[in-house]
Amino acid sequence: MNNALDRAGWIFVAIMALAAVLVPVAALGTPEGALVHMPSYLVQLLGKYLCYAILAIALDLVWGYCGILSLGHGAFFALGGYAMGMYLMRQIGARGVYANPLLPDFMVFLNWKALPIAWWGFNSFAYAMLMVVLVPGLLALGFGWFAFRSRVTGVYLSIITQAMTFALFKEFFRNDFGFGGNNGLTDFKDILGFPLQSDAVKAGLFCVTALFVNLSYLVSRAIVRSKYGKALIATRDAESRMRFLGYRVENIKLFAFVVSAVMAGVGGALYVPQVGIINPSEFAPGNSIEAAIWVAVGGRGTLVGAAIGAIAVNFGKTYFTGALPEYWLFALGALFVGVTLFFPAGLMGALSWRWKQRAPKETGT
Amino acid sequence: MTHAIAETILSAHLRLRAISTHAFALLLAALLLLSVSTPTHADALDEAFVKLYADNFQQTEQAVAGIAASGAPHAAETLDALRDGRLFANADAKRILYKTTAGDAFDAMTGGKVDNLDGFKKVRINNGVRRALDAAMGALGVGAADPQRRIHAAHELFNNPNPTTLPIIDAQLAKEANADAKSALEEARAAIVAATPGAGNADALRAIEALAARGDKAAQNHIATLAAKRDDPAIRTAADAAIARIDRSLFLWGLAQNGWYGLSTASVLLLAAIGLAITFGVMGVINMAHGEMVMLGAYSTYAMQMLLPASMTNWSVPLALPLAFVVSAIAGVVIERFVVRYLYTRPLDTLLATWGVSLILQQAVRTLFGASNRQVYSPPFLSGAYHWGGLEITNNRLWIILLSGAVFAALLFVLHATSFGLQMRAVTQNRRMASAMGISTARVDMMAFALGSGVAGIAGVALSQIDNVSPNLGQGYIVDSFMVVVFGGVGNLWGAALGAVTLGLANKILEPLIGAVQGQIALLVFIILFIQKRPRGLFAQKGRAVES
Repeated sequence: MNNALDRAGWIFVAIMALAAVLVPVAALGTPEGALVHMPSYLVQLLGKYLCYAILAIALDLVWGYCGILSLGHGAFFALGGYAMGMYLMRQIGARGVYANPLLPDFMVFLNWKALPIAWWGFNSFAYAMLMVVLVPGLLALGFGWFAFRSRVTGVYLSIITQAMTFALFKEFFRNDFGFGGNNGLTDFKDILGFPLQSDAVKAGLFCVTALFVNLSYLVSRAIVRSKYGKALIATRDAESRMRFLGYRVENIKLFAFVVSAVMAGVGGALYVPQVGIINPSEFAPGNSIEAAIWVAVGGRGTLVGAAIGAIAVNFGKTYFTGALPEYWLFALGALFVGVTLFFPAGLMGALSWRWKQRAPKETGT
Repeated sequence: MTHAIAETILSAHLRLRAISTHAFALLLAALLLLSVSTPTHADALDEAFVKLYADNFQQTEQAVAGIAASGAPHAAETLDALRDGRLFANADAKRILYKTTAGDAFDAMTGGKVDNLDGFKKVRINNGVRRALDAAMGALGVGAADPQRRIHAAHELFNNPNPTTLPIIDAQLAKEANADAKSALEEARAAIVAATPGAGNADALRAIEALAARGDKAAQNHIATLAAKRDDPAIRTAADAAIARIDRSLFLWGLAQNGWYGLSTASVLLLAAIGLAITFGVMGVINMAHGEMVMLGAYSTYAMQMLLPASMTNWSVPLALPLAFVVSAIAGVVIERFVVRYLYTRPLDTLLATWGVSLILQQAVRTLFGASNRQVYSPPFLSGAYHWGGLEITNNRLWIILLSGAVFAALLFVLHATSFGLQMRAVTQNRRMASAMGISTARVDMMAFALGSGVAGIAGVALSQIDNVSPNLGQGYIVDSFMVVVFGGVGNLWGAALGAVTLGLANKILEPLIGAVQGQIALLVFIILFIQKRPRGLFAQKGRAVES
């Protein structure tokens, strides 16, 4: 990581820290109609972008630094989101349509009598947060352990990660699976006793999300700058050579994969209270691929670029789907083609002429 | 032969639902008029008519069965008139007459016109009589001249057994010459015996035998009804054995049907995946827009249908095959020339770029054709189904299996008997060595992409017959196609074929056991575990090139 990139990273951290303070102030401390006033929908929208930024940083950690193009990171994101959604569902309590103090509405609707075991404990925030970390982490651990041990690499790995999210996508659509079927989880009321609809809570969630973006960035930065990070990059560039040198490359990859999955899960957990819904479409394979283009647009292997790419692409998406809805897919498709063909180094590469690091070399044929 | 009969029965059944029993009876009457009346008819009819004079519902019911069994020339008109309240009796003159809907009156015995209606009283009916009438009019069909009609009538009686019709069936069975009609009648008789608790043991055993021979769920139900009302150990053992036998045969037919479904799924998977196996094998890049090549093929079918004049509509699907191949092949070449060829050293970037292409293609088709599903016409030879025993074989699935076999054979030929195929295999095995030997790898790449995409277009034509033609069509098959390729191994057609058949069959075998979605998930998990053992699929490329 060269100096220019590092400087860009620190500027980004500073902007995030400022936003964490200024956005709540602009939303709450200024009168409505004032030039600097920020309406709550905008706060929510920005908060959503920042959740995507966390996902992008997580993906960049494995793709940019380890050469693993995971097409299943949307699944980790969604699993974290579901864990948070389950907590929020339990917080509704007797205020649901069916006023059942124990069972969420969809379970009453399906005529279930008891809470499924998977839902036990989710009335506790601490337990739910533990699950936000554990569920994506353990899935990544199991999946990665199998995949890396048998040396599945390159496009094969991408395809089976896609198969993983596709399987979850199908599974979560089933009502019998017990997580709300195709409607997912929604109608949340409050978090930790604070109403989700209030402007203060929205601003607070934004602030927390901005801090988590910084945390994700700093953790990832620490990882890639450490001795382990050097081994990680070396594995990306010459896996066989690393193996011959005596490194356990599968363990090196596994660690990064699991950390990345947990990070994605945290992003999902922050996403759900801000958008107010989580449903199986979050597992759609297309979502995970879209996350890859955020990273590519920003510049893979830069961390900060990934975050900026996520924010920029999603801003474009919001604009396009509002102004020219029928052209959004053309634009997104062109972005996929154009970035990979003409700007493989992404925004960060285009912005900094000193950015000498060459685009990550792909392994496999 | 069997399927033709079954089809006729089915269509006759549907038609008969549509027209009233009234019309049916008139039709029968016309048929019966042709048959010669004999003195025995008159005797039986006399006996039945006597019961009508009493104007007692129970007696009338028995009379109905008697009239039907008599086989008299005017039986159908008589029964029809009775149901509509157009039958009149004169107890003193011992005469019965029926009025036609036009209002003319005829003697039920002789068929002669009657003008003097003095002393005639309408014969009243209740629901019991109506039921007897329904059964009797059904049974009248048993004596029809047309064997198909007899079979149909027998099937009706099998489904709604009525004990009063037993003598009619027995009479017909005694003289039945048509083998199919005979077995249908025997089954109807068995159903009636099963519903009659008083029937003798010999009859019951004969019924069980006939029902066991029929061997379907309905027959099983009839046997269960029969056995439930009897204590005789011989009958019970026979019934139990018959039920077990039917269970076994139903299970086997079910298995065969699932095997058929599996084969059909496999053929679709093979068509969709084999092009992917070629491009993946030759170039080592994943074409995420492969599903859209399939989609373009399906839309080519739609376009062909729109372009052809109405008189040639039936040709739209066969003619769409070359069109779809060309359209998708051209799209493939464009993708290869403008995108993929710049990314050969970066396979993961190819994946993203082709995904972008797939988004553009989807949106382009949505803009051109609209987002809603397009209706693709199915010519007659692609609709309908064959029935063979307990198997139902739909024609469109059958053709798709044949098409996929033909495509597979053609690809085998191209790869193993043409110089282009030889070059393609050489590039697949070792690109640099092939290049050193003078093979233009860039040209082979382009041709391979065209071939793989064109085959995907053909898959689209097939899918237009069984799936919704929408811009998202390809997305539904892309993950499954990847699984086939990953499972079978790249660069080998047999690997793709084995992969498709294995996954297709496994899918349909798992489906009844754990549900469709669960089955798919189980397969995905299986493949994820499978490539732990064989990371390069069933038919892996061997040699140094693989590890590069």
